[in-house]
Amino acid sequence: MSLTVIYTIATLSIIGTSSAVILYFVAQKFKVFEDPRIDEVEQALPAANCGGCGFAGCRAFAEACVKADDLSDLNCPVGGNETMANVAKLLGLEATQKAPRTAYIRCNGTCDHRPKTSNFDGATTCAIAASVYSGETDCQWGCDGFGDCYNVCEFGAIELRPNLGVPLILDDMCVACGKCVDACPKNLIEMRKQFPKNRKIVVACRNKDKGAITRKACDVGCIGCSKCEKECKFDAITIENNLAFIDSDKCKLCRKCVPVCPTNSILELNFPPRKIVTEEKEECSTAK
Amino acid sequence: MLKTFKIGGVHPPENKISAGKKIETLPIPKTVFIPVAQHIGSPASAVVNKGDVVKVGQVIAKSSGFVSTNIHSSVSGKVKKVDVSADSSGYPKQGIFIDVEGDEWLEEIDRSETLKTTFDLNGTEIIQKIQEAGIVGLGGATFPTHVKLVPPKGMKAEVLLINGVECEPYLTSDHRLMLEKADEILVGTQLLMMAMNVEKAVIGIENNKPDAIQLLTDKAKKYKGISVVALKVKYPQGGEKQLIKAVTGKEVPSGGLPIAVGAVVSNVGTAFAVYEAIQKNKPLFERVVTVTGKGIANPSNFKVRIGTATSELIEATGGLPENTGKIISGGPMMGRAIASLDVPVAKGTSGILIMQNTEAKRGEYMDCIRCSRCVSVCPMGLEPYLLMTFGQKKIFDRAENDRIMDCIECGSCSYTCPSNRPLLDYIRFGKGKVGQIIRTRKK
Repeated sequence: MSLTVIYTIATLSIIGTSSAVILYFVAQKFKVFEDPRIDEVEQALPAANCGGCGFAGCRAFAEACVKADDLSDLNCPVGGNETMANVAKLLGLEATQKAPRTAYIRCNGTCDHRPKTSNFDGATTCAIAASVYSGETDCQWGCDGFGDCYNVCEFGAIELRPNLGVPLILDDMCVACGKCVDACPKNLIEMRKQFPKNRKIVVACRNKDKGAITRKACDVGCIGCSKCEKECKFDAITIENNLAFIDSDKCKLCRKCVPVCPTNSILELNFPPRKIVTEEKEECSTAK
Repeated sequence: MLKTFKIGGVHPPENKISAGKKIETLPIPKTVFIPVAQHIGSPASAVVNKGDVVKVGQVIAKSSGFVSTNIHSSVSGKVKKVDVSADSSGYPKQGIFIDVEGDEWLEEIDRSETLKTTFDLNGTEIIQKIQEAGIVGLGGATFPTHVKLVPPKGMKAEVLLINGVECEPYLTSDHRLMLEKADEILVGTQLLMMAMNVEKAVIGIENNKPDAIQLLTDKAKKYKGISVVALKVKYPQGGEKQLIKAVTGKEVPSGGLPIAVGAVVSNVGTAFAVYEAIQKNKPLFERVVTVTGKGIANPSNFKVRIGTATSELIEATGGLPENTGKIISGGPMMGRAIASLDVPVAKGTSGILIMQNTEAKRGEYMDCIRCSRCVSVCPMGLEPYLLMTFGQKKIFDRAENDRIMDCIECGSCSYTCPSNRPLLDYIRFGKGKVGQIIRTRKK
């Protein structure tokens, strides 16, 4: 009986040792060299795997960083400048400082501004609604409000607001990964330069129809009157296809374009209130 | 045993409430809006400008390629503007607005009702005339007819199938046309046979139209090579591939055209339009439209000028009832809900269906219970539940492998789903994306 046990142990030990030796040599022979820096860089990344950098995930981005001679084309929008500085330090390269960005939904057509004229009862995604027809309101350019952007956001940075009809991007949470930009079938979301205290001046509209059609569909639609373009001293505003656009890289936040807009489609966000302007706005709203 | 296609299919309630109503001619409207894209293929380009005076039958937009057709004015009057307005696609599209003045037709159009059975054109001349007359498939898909009649190199058509199935519930426009214009349809069929150089034509009609089957069978005896086949009532028998399977027993290969099995399918409405274009010199500018629905006072079949607003048609049947839930351009299975009453009648509008609130409401969307009813009703043998998931999760490569492009969008899966899942919505979305991917790959 005890002999059987000894034999078993001996046989297994011999098989084990010989396999270990074979495996050792095979491993040596077929070794794939992997730069240890890839692991280090990956450690320094936020591990969100969001794809905002344009690569399949953080690991793929780390590989690209290690291979690259110059980091100027590579940017992790989630980690921002701090992360990129760490990565550059690990690799002995220089990081270029990039202005942080946040996403913004360029539509202010909430229910009170843009009345519904039909009801969509198909599958509740913006992509399908947009492929079937122009939308529940008369504005074919505006937000459908079913929340395709909300569904792709992995950072909880989008609030759906179903009773208003247009989602809201929370600036503090947004990491500018750009997923919502691709998800929006109406191309409403834009990556804008982030200013201190999240201040921004934006044309919250994408309506390219002629003024009369826009006005019928929405109270706060841009009619392309080009008053703002004339007011802007920094050439930040351009008008194309009856629609104004403010280039956030050129905008200096002077706020002069805001009061001249006849349809209030230019918004100033996160600014301290202006005394005179707020009074005017109140008058406007009571006149309606 | 009546013929039908083998796999799948459903039988929704027929509701053909306007079947007994004769085709009436709708009064000419005061203004019309004629979209330049009323067919599959590239939109026609407008050749009239604001202020031009046009006559009935005059070309107002020229075809812009081989897969495209001419658009003719359906009224006489002055061009108001060339601008965008909503059409049945749901988006504003370019079109021509015309203010109607009188009813002056081009002189070459023969307006008499007499039947003309003799013709002296050869095949190529017939095809050319069909192309000039702007004829498209009037069953609803609006594929330019002249393209169908010219087979790709190395292929030969053997049989012409005339589609008188009208499997969509509610619609009766083809049924009425077969009853009232039987001889014209048969002459049109002969013309199509001659254009394609085939000896045999079969008219397929579903068994719920016994009067039409009887009439056409009797009359077809006088015409060489044309026969009539009665088919079992089953949706979507009016689909091209299903009709071929039902009548000839042959199966069109995946991704192939009907010509691959030697068949070409045309609608009865198309055959009638061909008759008018060739024997009467009348281009396609009016068609028969069924206006129906359970709630409306007087469901009817109208002969309507292209470009007439939907509101005029509904007015003529006694106005829009208060409990209207949806207005659908086309039939209840494949039609599209329209968001505005200004949407005009186009070449592909076979019906206007007014649904009541209770009918129109979609049921609450629940989880899939894996009953596989959608699989058993799919006439193309696909797996709709799987294709829907691929659409939802955006897994387009697998959707392509599972033949999403073979889907004919008949809606049998959504109709039959006990969990009310919007199967077709997602499949159609996936199909659109896969189509885009295939097109970019080809480039």
